[in-house]
Amino acid sequence: MAGVQALPELAAVPWRQPTDARWLRRWGRIWHAWTLLYTVPFIAAAVGMMWLEPLAAPVALAALAHAWIIPELYAFRGASVVRPKTRGETPGEPVAQGLLADLLGHDARELQRRTGLALERGGLGVWLVGQGGALLVTPGGRRVHCFCVAATDHELPPSDRVAHLLLALRVDEEGFATVANHAFAGAPWRVRRRLPQPMRPALEAARRAAQ
Amino acid sequence: MDRTGHTTLAEWTAEDDAAFADAVREFGDQQALGYIGTVPDGPGKATHVRELPRDADMVILRRPIAGG
Repeated sequence: MAGVQALPELAAVPWRQPTDARWLRRWGRIWHAWTLLYTVPFIAAAVGMMWLEPLAAPVALAALAHAWIIPELYAFRGASVVRPKTRGETPGEPVAQGLLADLLGHDARELQRRTGLALERGGLGVWLVGQGGALLVTPGGRRVHCFCVAATDHELPPSDRVAHLLLALRVDEEGFATVANHAFAGAPWRVRRRLPQPMRPALEAARRAAQ
Repeated sequence: MDRTGHTTLAEWTAEDDAAFADAVREFGDQQALGYIGTVPDGPGKATHVRELPRDADMVILRRPIAGG
């Protein structure tokens, strides 16, 4: 078979560095440092204000609220990559669901039916593939990277969207991560809180698989 | 894979030259429309193909992906 193991879509992003394990570790650390950078000053300001002038409590509370809200917004952005892009039944969905089921093993098929996310083990970690993005739980299960990526035909049935991403991921995992836009990296509990309730068991399963 | 879920475009066997030639023509037409040939190789593996492999059990044509 005249097969190739690089995604043809990589030609559209020649400027990007390959997203390998080293790249993921570096970006994980950058996101961690960035989170500290925008929370610690607000917390320090709140403590300082309360120490200097207890009457400044409302302003200190506002500073603490910022320290809580900003990381939540980033985590929300990360979790949003796998939120369902279409609601309700689309005409081709039953057929598409059948094809996707054929691509998945028994356990992954059941998990995908319940949560909408397809679990796929890869060299970089454990992936959860949704309709318009994917989560990658790194080995050890302590960090999640969120990638925004989708098939270019936006009228595909939901399961076909998942199948497109799954096939591309299986062809070239690093190429898949390189083509995708990196949206967020952080602790799994931060992403889990912002996932729709039915999707949360998938993240738990991916964490267990990554440990 | 398309908006109907999926459509069977061609079927062939390794021994049937005429059917394979039709399938190759269809494969080329779909590539011209921007579809990408992918052969599922079992659990967790797939291969991108630029030419229709005669011996493949199934070739799936998918749309390109892009960062959102």
